[in-house]
Amino acid sequence: MQVVVCVKQIPDPAGTQSLDPETHNLVRPDDQVLDDTDRYGVEMGLQIAQEKGGTVTLVSMGPAGSMQGIRQALAMGADRAVVVDDPALKGADALTTARILAAAIGRTGYDLVIAGTESTDGYSGVLPQMVAEFLDAPALTYATRVTAGDGKVSIDRQTNTGYEVVEADLPAVVSVTAGVVEPRYPTFKGIMDAKKKEVENLTASDLGVEISVLQSVTAVEPAPEREAGVKIEDDGTAHLKIVELLEQKKVI
Amino acid sequence: MANIWVFVEEDGDSPSSIGLELLTKARSLGDVTAVYLGSGSDTAFSTLGDHGAARVLHADPGDSLPSAPVAAALAERLSTESADLILFGQAYNDRDIAGRLAARLGRSVLSNASDVELGDGSAVTTHEIFGGTQLAKAEVRGDAPHIVLVRPKSFPAEAGAGLTPEVETLPLPDVGRSSAKITARHAEEREGPQLTDAAVIVSGGRGLGSAEAYGMVEELAKRLNAATGATRAIVDSGWVPYSKQVGQTGTTVKPDVYIAAGISGAMQHLVGMKDSKTIVAINKDPDAPIFSIADLGIVGDVHNVLPKLIEALDAR
Repeated sequence: MQVVVCVKQIPDPAGTQSLDPETHNLVRPDDQVLDDTDRYGVEMGLQIAQEKGGTVTLVSMGPAGSMQGIRQALAMGADRAVVVDDPALKGADALTTARILAAAIGRTGYDLVIAGTESTDGYSGVLPQMVAEFLDAPALTYATRVTAGDGKVSIDRQTNTGYEVVEADLPAVVSVTAGVVEPRYPTFKGIMDAKKKEVENLTASDLGVEISVLQSVTAVEPAPEREAGVKIEDDGTAHLKIVELLEQKKVI
Repeated sequence: MANIWVFVEEDGDSPSSIGLELLTKARSLGDVTAVYLGSGSDTAFSTLGDHGAARVLHADPGDSLPSAPVAAALAERLSTESADLILFGQAYNDRDIAGRLAARLGRSVLSNASDVELGDGSAVTTHEIFGGTQLAKAEVRGDAPHIVLVRPKSFPAEAGAGLTPEVETLPLPDVGRSSAKITARHAEEREGPQLTDAAVIVSGGRGLGSAEAYGMVEELAKRLNAATGATRAIVDSGWVPYSKQVGQTGTTVKPDVYIAAGISGAMQHLVGMKDSKTIVAINKDPDAPIFSIADLGIVGDVHNVLPKLIEALDAR
């Protein structure tokens, strides 16, 4: 089973995020981290590859930088990585990103593609579906459980009211939620091994993808601020202030 | 007049609230076609008309996962007639269909919009970024239709358009390799008020310290006839199901009163609740970001404040 996991390096969410004042693109430092939501996809991929026999290849698009985030995913146990880094892809829209990822995945070969449901820095939330369309594969989305093997994949798909069981033939694309599996922490050996694993760097032209950027951020301004009200220290009677407010608002 | 298509999914046996919000917005932009996904009924179609749909394209996918066949059917339709803008909600099937349709048409997608207008050969959208502290304007150019996903509760749903829509069936093709089947459906028990329409919401975060302490949130909610919510942190920790999640990746809420218990106010949470009319926050950390938007902020331990609050309510 050839498993491909889509991962993304993002600016550390614990740090301060900023936009380039001219392009309005997110400023990406050299050291980026693995998007936390991708750890679930990597873990799921590793478990399926271990159980069914197979390999896990990471596919990523974006400035490679120090590769810290990609190494984090390799340290968990992924076999190799393909990173598409091209200055022409700066500010790429969802369509271009999906074309690039689909081309890189197609070139790598796959039975199962796993991705998170949305990235923590972009949140467009449509990439796995777009990639699936380009690959002419089903997109089994928002999975809270995944089993794959013998040419089939089955998931529990999150819905507004609960979940549904969805089944399809491989090859397929699956997007996973944070609830799908508990990601492992890299071992010391894993971290050392990650430094020696194969990483292939590609450009858009290596993949024969023409870049068209049809969308752009034209302006950014501060949102009207909501004014903070009163802040009090609890001296043991603060709950009475809440009761008072609930009465005022006619909740009680 | 511009042609605006709006994707509306059935929820129970009537159109979803996000769908009706989008129809209301769409009728201010042009002539509206609703793409309705579900079993369909005269009552549902008449609700669509009353929210602005002059025409309904009705698709019933049965037990097929809708995304691939519906995207294929819409792309086919769009080869013979034109639309300027297609609106979807930031919701599960919406995202799936919008993504596949965009790839099929060679269009991009603008996600998480809080407003949308038509420009000169473009669509101009507004997005709340960095937890809603900044507003970004984005523009998508190129050939129509432009595809935009809009966050729930961005517009009010208003009936009164008074249209009787013409209803057409949208046949769904066999999509071969891209097809997937829904083999079972499970509904969680839904008790009490729901997040999307409750007047009062009590939410808990990591500051509760344990899954058991979420019981206090539920107890308080019971006394206020409130829905219960949660942060992504405690959903990811498995304390409560995903359906409780309020925020960027969960439910967007705008209740009259929002009580945040042990929630520090990560951006991902704030963006989903900051438009609540009144916000009460209880947190130990005086510097927690939640206090910057709270009408009443209490610097204190939820384990002290909540039991006393519950007791005070019981004593009334």
